[in-house]
Amino acid sequence: MPPTVITYIVRRLFAAVVLLFIVSAITFSIFFLVPKIAGGTPESMASRYAGRAATEETVKLVADRLGFYDPVVVQYGNWVKGVFVGTQYDLGSTVADCPAPCLGYSFITRQPVWEDLLDRAPVTMSLAVGAAVLWLVAGVSIGVLSALKRGTVFDRATMGIALAGVSLPIFFTGLISLTFFTYTLGWTARGGQFTPFSENPGEWAYDLILPWITLAFLFSAQYARLTRAGMLETMNEDYIRTARAKGLREHRVVVKHGLRGALTPILTIFGLDVGLLLGGAILTETAFSLKGLGDYAVRAISGNDLPKVMGVVLFAAFFVVIANLVVDLLYAVVDPRVRKS
Amino acid sequence: MTESTAEHFLEVRDLHVHFPTDDGVVKSVDGLSFALEKGKTLGIVGESGSGKSVTSLSIMGLHKEGTARIDGEILLNGDNLVGASREHVRQLRGKNMAMIFQDPLSAMHPYYSIGNQIIEAYRIHHQVSKGVARKHAIDLLDRVGIPNPAHRVDDYPHQFSGGMRQRAMIAMALSCDPELLIADEPTTALDVTVQAQILDLIRDLQGEFNSAVIIITHDLGVVAELADDILVMYAGRCIEYGTADDIFREPQHPYTWGLLGSMPRLDRERSERLLPIKGTPPSLINVPPGCSFHPRCSFGHLNGGASETERPALRDVGNGHQIACHLSAADRLRLWDTEIKPKL
Repeated sequence: MPPTVITYIVRRLFAAVVLLFIVSAITFSIFFLVPKIAGGTPESMASRYAGRAATEETVKLVADRLGFYDPVVVQYGNWVKGVFVGTQYDLGSTVADCPAPCLGYSFITRQPVWEDLLDRAPVTMSLAVGAAVLWLVAGVSIGVLSALKRGTVFDRATMGIALAGVSLPIFFTGLISLTFFTYTLGWTARGGQFTPFSENPGEWAYDLILPWITLAFLFSAQYARLTRAGMLETMNEDYIRTARAKGLREHRVVVKHGLRGALTPILTIFGLDVGLLLGGAILTETAFSLKGLGDYAVRAISGNDLPKVMGVVLFAAFFVVIANLVVDLLYAVVDPRVRKS
Repeated sequence: MTESTAEHFLEVRDLHVHFPTDDGVVKSVDGLSFALEKGKTLGIVGESGSGKSVTSLSIMGLHKEGTARIDGEILLNGDNLVGASREHVRQLRGKNMAMIFQDPLSAMHPYYSIGNQIIEAYRIHHQVSKGVARKHAIDLLDRVGIPNPAHRVDDYPHQFSGGMRQRAMIAMALSCDPELLIADEPTTALDVTVQAQILDLIRDLQGEFNSAVIIITHDLGVVAELADDILVMYAGRCIEYGTADDIFREPQHPYTWGLLGSMPRLDRERSERLLPIKGTPPSLINVPPGCSFHPRCSFGHLNGGASETERPALRDVGNGHQIACHLSAADRLRLWDTEIKPKL
């Protein structure tokens, strides 16, 4: 790798860290400032985490333990400190040592967030990566074929299905496919199961195949339309005529010259989509009862559990930022004209 | 130029290329015949839309499947390409016949290096290793005058200048030693200073490879340099065909006069204006009846209205020089000597 590329990556990573800071600060402020504007006090906030029939003293104790009496800036400072050097948390009966990167303890379950996230990340990653491979292969091949057979029954049929695929939400297609493939036919696993890849790859795939297909259906529809549009454009380029004039076989013309030219925008969106999904596929995880980051995010938000929310938001933001960087680097790999600048 | 039964290297007979569209049938080429021998150069001249590029794409078999209706005969070494299987024509493309396009920047794939694209062209028709093909590519780049070819072979098209790109394009076209080279407006997208170099290069290489060359251009200046024969096209038909000498020394068709009159020349007095052809080329869907050039012709009144009703046939006016015009030989000679030649 040439040194310019390394400086570029370092610069981008630095920018990413700054961005993550901003994201965390905004999330933190929303959490504290919105209740404050609505007239909340440290006690009223703490009462949510103090149990149902807590006395006033208990609530005050909880508010103190969670640090709600400190100014918001101090609280944020403590949280940031935890991320970098670790910290200690007073859990009431014990004091827990939380090494860096400490994203705090859940207000409700009293579990360290970082460990929760590490626990759940494999589920979401398996879901996202498996589905991504499926939709990329399916979407791009269907798009190429539609473009080549433009106006035929195949083109119309696939583009019709693609339109449906883009329009139908996951919680609809997911539940329909669960009902049909799992409960009627019994072909696929019931939702809610997950086997780590390292334990049993076959079982891993069996558990995830239906969520993959459901998620991939939505995305491949989009990718098929995108690929088709791109191919229709590139196949009209002069360089395609040149490739034919050389005597190249038609399928080589299509794949090596046509698809290569159409691939750049697809790659961009692919990187961003995967990055986004790695932060949690909320609808899919909910529909198939998968305990991934999306499900975690839903629980965190509905429980008003700040450390969890912070953790999951940062995680998601991290993946999006990294995906952006990877896409930009891939651009240079794909398009030699980008390399110089 | 006379009709002969002897085998020509390339012979096009009564070629029709029609494109059915929603607005009607576009008759891009409507009855075109010519012949070309190896080592010779034919210039096809005409305005945009006269059917010259369509003709070359038909020879190469590069029209999209189902879009063009091609009739007539295209005989390459006696082998009729019209109606031949697409696979057969594909095997000839690049190997027996190659083409140079107008804009080398858009005609080269932006994502592959120059060398890569030449290597690809060579390896389609030759079973050789990449290393051998690469050496061949470097040799070719050297031959077409790219400095430091061993280094530049890995450059991408955007790293070449316009003239260099066209040289590389020529190298790509010549990679398999084609017997027929078609250059479609090879210098139109280039700087004037580079144009002459590229034309020289094509002429040198033709001498070296002894291929037949078709140069397609709207610029008579280009063919004046290179062509042995010249075919002037108008609205999909040949209206004048002869040796370059005949066409430049004694052009017979009013349209050719118009083309010559619109050519800027240094030796002309600056006060004199160019003599542009009035009007615009006709629609190829509704080609004017009679002589398709008559709405723009200044001399149509001289033949009693025949131009408006009757299509002039291509006829020999001596030594194989053919024209399609209703004007009598005496009228043409008089007009050329008194009205046209003095103004050129």
